[in-house]
Amino acid sequence: MSPLARRRLGRAALNAAGVVVFLFAVFPVYWMVTTAFKPNDQIFTTSFIPFPSPPSMDHISRVFTKGVAGHSIWQYLFNSTLVALSAVVLGAVFALLAATAVARFRFRFRTSFLILLLIVQMVPAEALLIPLFTMVKRLGLYDQLLGLIIINVGLTLPFSVWMLRTFVAAVPKELEEASWIDGAGRFTTFWRVLFPLVAPGLVATSIFAFITTWNEFVYALTLIGDQGKYTMPVALQFFVGQRSTDWGGIMAASTLMTIPVLIFFLLVQRRMVSGLVAGAVKG
Amino acid sequence: MTHSSTLARGGADTSAPSRRSRKRTRRSGLSPKAVPYVLLLPGFLVIAVLLLYPLYQMVEMSFHKVGLRQIKAVNPAPADFVGWDNYSQILDSDLFWSSLRNTVLFAVVTVALTLVLGTLVGLLLNKLGPKMSTFVIVGIMAAWATPPTAQAIVWKWLFDSDSGIVNWTLNLLPDWLSNLLFGRADWSGHPWFNDTLTLYFVLIVAVVWASFPFISVSVLAGLKSIPSELYEAAKMDGSGAVLTFRRITLPLLKPVFSVLVVLSIIWDFKVFTQLYLLAGGTVNRDAFNLSLWSYAEAFSSPPKMGLGAAIAVVLTVILLLITFVYVRQIVKTEDDIR
Repeated sequence: MSPLARRRLGRAALNAAGVVVFLFAVFPVYWMVTTAFKPNDQIFTTSFIPFPSPPSMDHISRVFTKGVAGHSIWQYLFNSTLVALSAVVLGAVFALLAATAVARFRFRFRTSFLILLLIVQMVPAEALLIPLFTMVKRLGLYDQLLGLIIINVGLTLPFSVWMLRTFVAAVPKELEEASWIDGAGRFTTFWRVLFPLVAPGLVATSIFAFITTWNEFVYALTLIGDQGKYTMPVALQFFVGQRSTDWGGIMAASTLMTIPVLIFFLLVQRRMVSGLVAGAVKG
Repeated sequence: MTHSSTLARGGADTSAPSRRSRKRTRRSGLSPKAVPYVLLLPGFLVIAVLLLYPLYQMVEMSFHKVGLRQIKAVNPAPADFVGWDNYSQILDSDLFWSSLRNTVLFAVVTVALTLVLGTLVGLLLNKLGPKMSTFVIVGIMAAWATPPTAQAIVWKWLFDSDSGIVNWTLNLLPDWLSNLLFGRADWSGHPWFNDTLTLYFVLIVAVVWASFPFISVSVLAGLKSIPSELYEAAKMDGSGAVLTFRRITLPLLKPVFSVLVVLSIIWDFKVFTQLYLLAGGTVNRDAFNLSLWSYAEAFSSPPKMGLGAAIAVVLTVILLLITFVYVRQIVKTEDDIR
């Protein structure tokens, strides 16, 4: 075989491998979405139906009108959005202040604080469930979305600070110095100079925190008892009945829950990697 | 060059800005030394109250008997100190060994599979042309972005006994082959979630599916950061593909790998959401891992919070030992931390 033909063959093999990986990754998601649009007789079948024919909106409209556990899916989407947005906004303020401190100043406990951040990130959230549950209960925040919001701020903050500090550090210090020399105060410098430049990083960090909170399951499961206050992840399991599962409904709800995350993911994908592997990837 | 000139410029007019800044600090009543602490305080308080204090409380609860009467919102009864009782109860329980086995075996198999698959796909992405590579990245992003609850539910549906596509596919195999491989020809109605082994098989598939994209994208980022001159030099010296990979790619990717290994171990050690949903809650005690067992003891009736906390302590200690390696690696590679 000529070298050119061999190169072409190699290229074709690589592309074929790429297609296989793509199919493996996408198929479950594809199956989730198509199941959501299949009428029940095409779901509960022993034959393979690759595409709903014709597509049916039954399940989608049913999860909105009838819903699950006595509430429309709107209610759960609303609860999830409320919890995630509030936790993100609160968390962003704390994270921005702390990230500015560690990225802009050298002070005595700086290294200790950074190591503390790394360690608390690694403490399993599942392990803190029991003490946090009793704390929430004692404060009278059980069954309140506020309790869930506060917990999520705590769970996402260490990573947010860790990720945001690199964005703050990337803003040239000279810009702030120039603003100082021009007589701007500390607050004006922060608000007019640093903040606009860090904003893209803050958005990326916030999206990450949003996804974490949006997906959070175990705290939402234990801290909320009132069905009207469930978040999406918890509400999903109520499609699973004693005898049979409402696959059409649960796939419709899962699809609705996945869409915002997927959009956000495509937006911040590159920054997420650099945030997680931190110094290990130099680029 | 640029650096020194900036310094010189800064040195030339130190007097003017510093006088101005002193005036400003007097106005705000904040000495410059206090600024970082003031900025740090709110965040630190959040971490202290929501993460550090509960950590301490978890350890304290593990030495107490904490039941319904102790967790009431109004007039909680004081908890009885029971010493190491909760821990000896854990060690005596059959569930300890089965859930430790489930935790460790699951983590080892899943981490190994995720890293191997993730790295292979990362290498593949690096070799593909720009269009094809974007196409594959968008595809694996879909798996990565699926929320853990939806992951569990989708895989449960794919492995459904009656209408699942997996059983349908297995039925397509010629009978002799299916008999040879699995000892059965008819897969209709085959349940996957009653037996712990097959349940964990589905769990491993689901978690590997959802976590390999992160490894691939990280490995790709690592590969992109290796200067191409190194490869050219290796080629000039007559090094083959395997040797180049072993002597150049692997050593340079080592820091990335050590972080990825530890992060994967940590994530897979405490898997909860997917296991909880696939196992259908806490009914199947044989399928418990440490975090599900801790949850089951603390939140079933009657709640045994102390016992659950003790299990959580065991899990946390194991994870913190692994974390130690991670923190050391980060501190070593990130010069900015010191």
